[in-house]
Amino acid sequence: MSTRKGYSSLAGVTRWFEGFRYDPRFTAPLLITGILLAGHLSYGILESYAAVPVAIGTAVVAEMALSRIFRGEWPHLASAYISGISVGILVRTPFLWPFVLCSLLTIMSKYVLRYRGRHLWNPSNFGICALFFLAPFAVAPLSIQWGNNVWPMLVIWMLGSVTLYRLKRFHICAAYVAAFLVFSFVRTQFTGASFVTEIAPITGPMYQLFVFFMITDPKTTVSSKRGEMVVAVAIAFVEMLLRLGESVYAPFYALFLVGPAALLVEMWWTERSAEAAPASEDPPSQEQPAPEGDAVPRSARISEQF
Amino acid sequence: MKKGLLVALFAALLATPLVIQRVRGGGEASSSDGSLSAEASLERYGFHLREVSDEAGLDFTHQAPQFDEKLSHIMPQVASMGAGVSVVDFDNDGRPDLYVTNSRRGTANALYRNQGDGAFENVAAEVGLADVNRVGTGVSMGSAWGDYDNDGYEDLFLYKWGRPAIFHNDGGDGFTRVPRKNAGLPDWANVNAATWLDYNRDGHLDLFFGGYYAEDVNLWDLETTRIMPTSFEYAQNGGRKYLLRGRGDGTFEDVTREVLGPESGRWTMAASAADLTGNGYPDLFVANDYGVDELFINKEGKRFQPAGEQAGIGFSPKSGMNVAFGDVMNQGRQGVYVTNISEPGVLMQGNNLWVPSAPTDSAPGTAAGVPQYKNLAGAMGVELGGWSYGAQFGDLNNDGALDLFMTNGYVSTDSEESYWYDFSQVAGGNRAIIGDAAHWPAMEGRSLSGDQRSRLWLGDGAGQFREVAQAVGAGRRLDGRAVALADFDQDGAIDAAVAHQRGSLLLYENRVDTGSKWIAFRLEGRASNRSAIGAHVTLHWNNGQKQVQSVSGGSGFCSQNQRALHFGLGTGAQVEKAVIQWPSGRVQTLDAPAPGTVHPVTEPKASGEA
Repeated sequence: MSTRKGYSSLAGVTRWFEGFRYDPRFTAPLLITGILLAGHLSYGILESYAAVPVAIGTAVVAEMALSRIFRGEWPHLASAYISGISVGILVRTPFLWPFVLCSLLTIMSKYVLRYRGRHLWNPSNFGICALFFLAPFAVAPLSIQWGNNVWPMLVIWMLGSVTLYRLKRFHICAAYVAAFLVFSFVRTQFTGASFVTEIAPITGPMYQLFVFFMITDPKTTVSSKRGEMVVAVAIAFVEMLLRLGESVYAPFYALFLVGPAALLVEMWWTERSAEAAPASEDPPSQEQPAPEGDAVPRSARISEQF
Repeated sequence: MKKGLLVALFAALLATPLVIQRVRGGGEASSSDGSLSAEASLERYGFHLREVSDEAGLDFTHQAPQFDEKLSHIMPQVASMGAGVSVVDFDNDGRPDLYVTNSRRGTANALYRNQGDGAFENVAAEVGLADVNRVGTGVSMGSAWGDYDNDGYEDLFLYKWGRPAIFHNDGGDGFTRVPRKNAGLPDWANVNAATWLDYNRDGHLDLFFGGYYAEDVNLWDLETTRIMPTSFEYAQNGGRKYLLRGRGDGTFEDVTREVLGPESGRWTMAASAADLTGNGYPDLFVANDYGVDELFINKEGKRFQPAGEQAGIGFSPKSGMNVAFGDVMNQGRQGVYVTNISEPGVLMQGNNLWVPSAPTDSAPGTAAGVPQYKNLAGAMGVELGGWSYGAQFGDLNNDGALDLFMTNGYVSTDSEESYWYDFSQVAGGNRAIIGDAAHWPAMEGRSLSGDQRSRLWLGDGAGQFREVAQAVGAGRRLDGRAVALADFDQDGAIDAAVAHQRGSLLLYENRVDTGSKWIAFRLEGRASNRSAIGAHVTLHWNNGQKQVQSVSGGSGFCSQNQRALHFGLGTGAQVEKAVIQWPSGRVQTLDAPAPGTVHPVTEPKASGEA
C-alpha cells in the first residue's frame, strides 16, 4: 500500500517536472537576484530593507496596471522585476520616495516614450537618468565596491559572462568592456591619470549591473549582432567624452543618448531597405513581433531585461 | 484619452522632484531661514548666536600637516583632520576653558583660560601644553580630559598621528608628561578618537582610543603608498583600537585583547562611552570611516561584547565621523548621532540618528540585553548636512528639548573646481586601486565638499528637528571639524566653540530668551572617579518631562563638552527631582533643585544621601 502510494507520489512529481518548462526569461531575474543576495549576505549592501522591495513592488504594480489598461493583458513580470531590483540597487538615497518615483518613471517610459511601436529608451536607464538629472539633491548612483575582496567581483563577472553567453548577448558585453578599456587609455592622455585609475570604475558592481543588464536589453538594442557591437562601442565612446567632462553619471547618460539614437537610425535604415526591396519579399525573421506588441527581434525575446 | 492621461501623469512625475525640492528645501542653503536680527531670532527661536572669537581673544588658526612627498598629489585630503577642541576647567576656577589642537610640525596647541570677563588668555606655553607637535613626534589630532588619579584636577590625553601622550595636571599650574612606559601607550599610532571611561567601575579612569591609519604608517616617512582604505565602505586595514585600564596612580595596562576582544581593523574616527543598556556599566560606541559603526556592550566590567549587528547598527557601512549621545525624545534613553557624507548627486549616505526602538531594562544596575536601534535621522529631519564632521547635543534655547549643532565641510581651496568626479572614480575601484595612494588622481588645488555651512537643528523633544543655523547666526561656511558646547560666560546659555581645518577657532556666544529656565549639575565623584565620567543624571520636571544626560570623557569628533550637565526647562519650570546614577552604582536623588543655577554635587557615601 505504502509502496503504491510512494510510486504515485513519484509519478506526480515526475509529471510536474514534465510539465515544467524553463522560461529563459527567468534567467536574467535569477542572475540579478543572485548578485543582490550574494552582495547582501556577504557585505550587507542593502542600506535599507525597504528600498529594494519598494522599488520592485512599485515596478511590478505599475507594469501590471499599465499592461492591463493599455494592452488588455497581464504582463510577464520578469522585466518589471529586473527594473525594480536594478533601481533598488543602483540608486543610493536615504529616502524612499526616489525608489517609488524611479520605478514609476521606468515602467511608464515604456508606454509613453514610444516610436513606431517601440520604446526607445532602456526603461531603467531612462528612470535612473531622469532621477539623477532632476533630483541630484536627493540621490546618488551606486559608486562603491561591495566589500574589499576581488573574488566576489570575479565570480560575478564570470557568472554573468557565462549567462550572457548562453543568452547570446555576450558579444555586447565584450565589445563594451573592450571599448571601455581602450577609451580609458585614451582618457589617460587627457587627464594625466594612470590607466589603473581610469579603469577603476569598471571594477565596481555598478558596472556589472550596467554591462550585464542594461546595455544588453534586447528591446532597446539594434537587431544585428554587428550593430549591437557597434552601439556598445559607441556607448563607451560617448561615455569617454562625458567622463572627460567629469560626469559622475557618464555610463548612464551615454546609454541614454546613444541607445535611442541607434534605434532610430536602425528604423530609418530598415524602412529605407524595405522600400527598396520588392514588395513580395518576406520580412526578415528578426522583425517578428514580440508577444507584447513591440517590434523586437525574436532572438532577443530569450531575455527580456530592464 | 487614456494615453493622454498617461502622458500627463508621466509629465507630473517628472516634475515631482522639483516640487519636492521646493517643499523640502532640498538644497543646502534653502533649508534654513535667512539671517535674522538678534531680536527676531530670539523671538522666533528663543536664542541667538553671535560670533565673538576676536573680542574674546581667540586668535587661533589651525594649520594642517604636511606629509611625505609621496602624498603631495592628494595632500589636502590626507591632511584633512587635526582641528580639535575640548572644554576643560583645568584650573578649577569654575569656568570652562578651551584646549585647541594644531597639526603642522612645529606649531603650538593652545590652552585658552577663561578669564570670566568674556576674554580668554592662551596659557598653553606657560603650563607646558603648547610645544607638542615637534618633529618626530607626530602632530595633534584631539584631546580628552579626565582626572585619572582623582587628585581633583583634570588630566590630558593628547592623541596624535604620532606619539600619543598623557599629561598630568599639577594642581592647575602646569602639566607633566607621564612617562610612556608608565602610561602604557604605543610608540606610534595614528589616533583620531579617544574617550575616558571607567569600564570596570573601580573608581579609576580607563582610556579608550582608536587608530585611523594603521599604526605602522608614519605619514612623514612612507615606505609604501599602499596606506589608503582598501574599500570605501568595507575597509579593514585601519588602525587598531586600544583599551588601557587605569590603576589610578598614573600607570595603565593595555587590556585591549582581553577586555575589548578581537581587532576589527576599521578606521576609527570617533568614540564615546555611556551606559546604553541600563546595567550601570559604560558601553562603547565607535564610529568608523569606510565601514560600519561598532557597539561594544559592557558585560559588567569584565569584557566588552561586540554587538553592532545585534543592536541593528552594524549594517549599512558609511563614513562615520562622530559619536554624540542625546535623549532626543525626552524618554530617559539616549540615542546616538553619527555623521556621514552627503554630497547631492554623488554620495548620499545620510547621517544616522540611532534611537533605541525597544525599551531596554533601564532600571539602573540591573542586567539588560542589547538595545535595539533604528536610524531615525530621516524621520526626525537631521539626516542631511554635507560632508559632516563633529556634532553635539545641547539645549541651546533652554526649551527643554535637545538641539543638535553639527559642522560640515571637507576640503576647500581657492579653486571652485571640484575633485568629486575623480574621488568617486577611484572610490569605486577595487582594493588594489583605492588602497594605493599612487592611484588617486591629483587634486591640483580642487575642492572636495569644502566651505559648507554648519547645521543647527532645534529639537522639539517629540522627534522633530528644524534647521535654523543661518537664521540664528551660525551660518558661516568653512571646513568644520570639532564642536564643543559649554556655558563659557556662565549666563545659563550653552555657547559653542567650533574648530575648523585650516581655519579659525570660532566661539559663538549664545543669548537665550530669559523666559526659558535652565538648571545644571557639576558632579564630583568619591567612590566613583572624581570626574564623575559615566554618571547619568535624569531630570524630572513639569509633571512628566524627563531627560537623561551623562557625563562624558569625550564625545563628538575630536572634542569634549563641558563637564557640567546643562538642562533647559522651558517656561514656567517646576523641577521635581534629579536622579543621579553614579558610576559606583550609587543612586542619589535631589528633590526640587532650584532652576537657574549650577548645582555642585559631590557623590554621597551611600545611596540616597543628598
